[in-house]
Amino acid sequence: MKSLEDLKRMRASVQKKMEMRDTDKDYRVVVGMATCGIAAGARPVLNRLVELTGAGEYSCTVTQTGCIGMCKYEPIVEVYDKEGKKTTYIFVNPAKAETILERHIGKGEVVTEYTVDSISDERLGN
Amino acid sequence: MVEDLAQALLEIIVNSISAGAHNIMIQFIVSELNNDIILQVEDDGKGMDAETIERVTNPFYTSRKTRKVGLGLAFFKGLSEMLNGSFRIDSEVGKGTTVRMTMEKNNIDLPKQGNLGEMMMIALHSGPDCEFTFTYQYNEARFDFDTKQVKEILETNRISDPDVLMWVKDFINQEVERTQTEVL
Repeated sequence: MKSLEDLKRMRASVQKKMEMRDTDKDYRVVVGMATCGIAAGARPVLNRLVELTGAGEYSCTVTQTGCIGMCKYEPIVEVYDKEGKKTTYIFVNPAKAETILERHIGKGEVVTEYTVDSISDERLGN
Repeated sequence: MVEDLAQALLEIIVNSISAGAHNIMIQFIVSELNNDIILQVEDDGKGMDAETIERVTNPFYTSRKTRKVGLGLAFFKGLSEMLNGSFRIDSEVGKGTTVRMTMEKNNIDLPKQGNLGEMMMIALHSGPDCEFTFTYQYNEARFDFDTKQVKEILETNRISDPDVLMWVKDFINQEVERTQTEVL
């Protein structure tokens, strides 16, 4: 059972986390949440990302954006590092999102096989 | 293409956030007596003029720059009409917008309700600076959620923390279910 009492118990830890500024985080993870993203399954992806970043073991913020402009590759997740370098992951599902967190955010290695650059033209329907 | 009603509502909410709303009121009202479902999103965003209201339900209208089709509201208008309901937008520039759709409840084409907790979680995450109220009504039973109350208890203005968002999702789903099964 969830109740408003839970929030009282969470108060101290939430306030402590809020003191840490988002700019101190190493990565920014952005999920495309326009009609195209949502229709392709971005909701469970965002859900999983929020769930997994709750424990605070990943140095990243998770945010949403509108249509990225590549609707047929949705769900799309973009990862920005501190220098602003962007990696674009396409056709993401909750399991892939988890892998991206583990490998890219956790270990700093790009999950090449899920990036827009490495998925074949055939798969992209070009 | 509307997968579930939570998705439709979420898209209208996201429109409100994009319109710069500070306060967003969301209602999901189910009535067995009237055999209908009413979905409503009311915001205090920038609003639209009469000409824009005319155009927004055209699938080829969008305010975005990344692609040429909008689709969202056009789908919902089509959906409510297919379900013998109505679709209405009231808006005033500088004041805000209210989108209201009604649908016949006992209709074979009615999409499933969807995950309303997840919908609110995504809404809060998408508009961290907005205040949201969410009302779920099933016949006479009713549940109200207000982000102001959450902020008061947490004594912080920022509730985009993942733990809080997950709590919001679970709490709303639990209360929606309870409201549906409440015996009067």
